[in-house]
Amino acid sequence: MHELPVTESILEIALRYAGDAQANRITDLYLVIGQLATIVDDSIQFYWDIIARDTIAEGARLHFKRIPTQVKCQDCQLEYKPAELEFTCPECKSFRVQIVAGNEFYMDSIEVE
Amino acid sequence: MTQRVQVIENILSANDQVALENRRLLEAANVYALNFMASPGAGKTSLIEQTLKRISSELHIAVVDGDIATSIDADRAAAAGALAIQINTGGECHLDAIMLKSALSELDLQGIDLLIVENVGNLVCPASFQLGTHQSVLIASIPEGDDKPYKYPGMYRGVDALVINKTDLLPYITFDMDYFRRGVEMLNPGLVTFPISCKTGEGLDSWIAWLRIQVSSHSIK
Repeated sequence: MHELPVTESILEIALRYAGDAQANRITDLYLVIGQLATIVDDSIQFYWDIIARDTIAEGARLHFKRIPTQVKCQDCQLEYKPAELEFTCPECKSFRVQIVAGNEFYMDSIEVE
Repeated sequence: MTQRVQVIENILSANDQVALENRRLLEAANVYALNFMASPGAGKTSLIEQTLKRISSELHIAVVDGDIATSIDADRAAAAGALAIQINTGGECHLDAIMLKSALSELDLQGIDLLIVENVGNLVCPASFQLGTHQSVLIASIPEGDDKPYKYPGMYRGVDALVINKTDLLPYITFDMDYFRRGVEMLNPGLVTFPISCKTGEGLDSWIAWLRIQVSSHSIK
């Protein structure tokens, strides 16, 4: 459900940067989404097609780059990609882990004309 | 000609910015604020009622209730002695910082020590939207089942305290507490946890003691 405000935010950011670049049209948007961010690509695409209409971003392609989760064990310092649920350190079995990557949700760049 | 424009901006930066403004408003008035999150029916409002019953004589408490519709929760909080404001999200699945900001503008923050924000009942979306509160509390409950940490990792990962409500139902429901706690420990190691029953009152003293410490270590009123 909250992909609508999220998509509105994506449009707002893209239009702002395109305006600063004095662009006439936005052709591509590059988004980075961590595996842990609860964002559904298809849902964003669905809203995008509706809300970008009649703006300079109409028809722009959305590119999603997914970042896999990476965690670091605070006890043995091992960095690893955890299995879907099991975050426990595979080496020392510690529960004390810190998320290094996977929470990202940002716009990396846009392509404009 | 096509040109690449670097952006590097968080998609939710507009929300995060307003959350920061909310935090400044709260700080300026010395209000300590908690964000209560849970699935529908876990007992957010019951915990608020029980908390008010035990602590409203010593602290000025305000409650902001988020629901898709009705003012049932705000009415319950008001009846229990809080200043209560209802936000109807009109379909939105979570509260965001902008909704909270508008609720804050209706409150005289100077007269408040503790603000409890009761988020929309949902174990997914509220975790993604910062509000500007100081800490988040997740209220789990026994009838939801012991697999919830595994199914809703984002919610369990992001909170500062966990309340496990309806412990009085443990004899009647298959709920493996060790399995549940192991899931929590995996996602949020060392999370402070309060098994309670709003019905019998069991465990509420520890919760209230923790809450008192949070408010007093924050407040200099």
